[in-house]
Amino acid sequence: MHAAVLNVITGMSIYEYLMDIRGFVILTSHLGYLLEGALLTLKITALSVAFGMLLGLIFGLFKMSGSRMLRFIAAIYIDFFRGTPLFVQILLMYFGVLPLIMDKPSPIEAAVITCSLNSGAYIAEIVRAGIQAVDKGQMEAARSLGMNQVQAMWMVILPQAYKIVIPPLINEFIMLLKDTSLVSTIAAEELTQRGRLVYSTYYEAVWVWGGVAVIYLIMTKVLSILGDYAERRLATE
Amino acid sequence: MIEVRDLHKSFGHLKVIKGISCRIAPREVVCVIGPSGSGKSTFLRCVNQLEQVDSGQIFIDGQELTNPRTDINKIRQQVGMVFQLFNLFPHRTTLQNITMAPIHIKGMNKRKAEDMAMELLRKVGLVDKASVYPAQLSGGQKQRVAIARALAMQPKAMLFDEPTSSLDPEMVGEVLAVMKDLALEGMTMVVVTHEMGFAREVGDRVLFMDEGLIVEEGLPGPLFDNPQNPRTKAFLSKVL
Repeated sequence: MHAAVLNVITGMSIYEYLMDIRGFVILTSHLGYLLEGALLTLKITALSVAFGMLLGLIFGLFKMSGSRMLRFIAAIYIDFFRGTPLFVQILLMYFGVLPLIMDKPSPIEAAVITCSLNSGAYIAEIVRAGIQAVDKGQMEAARSLGMNQVQAMWMVILPQAYKIVIPPLINEFIMLLKDTSLVSTIAAEELTQRGRLVYSTYYEAVWVWGGVAVIYLIMTKVLSILGDYAERRLATE
Repeated sequence: MIEVRDLHKSFGHLKVIKGISCRIAPREVVCVIGPSGSGKSTFLRCVNQLEQVDSGQIFIDGQELTNPRTDINKIRQQVGMVFQLFNLFPHRTTLQNITMAPIHIKGMNKRKAEDMAMELLRKVGLVDKASVYPAQLSGGQKQRVAIARALAMQPKAMLFDEPTSSLDPEMVGEVLAVMKDLALEGMTMVVVTHEMGFAREVGDRVLFMDEGLIVEEGLPGPLFDNPQNPRTKAFLSKVL
């Protein structure tokens, strides 16, 4: 803290401030610690994406189902998770809902469950839009050959919808990766929480939070590059 | 083979089919002509229940489609359909387009399905396009693949919904030739078409539809040369 305060008081330039050796040493010496946090961030994101896609597919199909009941269930689910802040959902899940149904939930369990449910709601809408973007004649052709609704969906519609869905899906993954920072509030030791721990020990805001930001940036950039690659591969098929 | 009794169908307030009855015998080729908006395509789509009818009955081979207890998927397997816009599956090759339904719905083994698909491709003259994706085919080629795909389910009847209407003029002939072969083999066919030459030459019977009704029907020769109904006369004078 003293270094930072002193720097402001003595009016050092930003350049001089960045050259301050103390912050640099603190960041580099805690880099491994922060990267472990980043690994947990990735794990929470990956699990939530996987469960979220499953939930999104199920509720996306519910939303388009002929059954009024299923459409209603999907609408309630999507409205709730899109219409309330993820931050509030995490608090509600960890302190409110999970203790009712399980013994001592861990922050990481709560994080994965909440992020899965949240991204599932967004992915449901992506899935619905993707399926509706497939030409109506495809379903008719499939049905005219004698396929039932499920066979037509599985063999004809979904294989075409998933190409349409890739760009918005990657976008959703990136949003989710950043949003996992909110689970630091229930002390899951992911990247942001570890950043907070390092910061509150040394008070090197620019170095510590700057380092955390750069690590997030690298992760999201890698995701978007993978997304571009997937899109190109599918386009040429 | 196909029997329709007093069929009615509307979209919202718009009445598209206002009471159609007809019988189509096995091996018969029936061409449906008429101005656009007359309900020809809707009529055809009702025959295999791509459109739900408001009232009336449809029988195929004695089974009532319009009975909710009938397994519609089973009946659709026996009635092939060819669409104006082809509707090939773009994510599958020509061969896979043809074998998909026989393999996954009929449970035919893959080798057998592929042999049969190649045989059908030979019939429509596209053996060399077996491993190509639909995007690389011309319109006429796509429609011939679509016909092969429908035939792969070994249907008892084929429905054609304006199969040449979206083709460039020079490709119309190749598709009609395939359809003519099919007719000569004895396939029961219902063809909604604007190709009066085809209707006259290949059709056993022509139905003229206007404003949701069959206004006139008969053998192609007499109907084209000597139409009785004024509306038929007016229509034919414009298109012939």
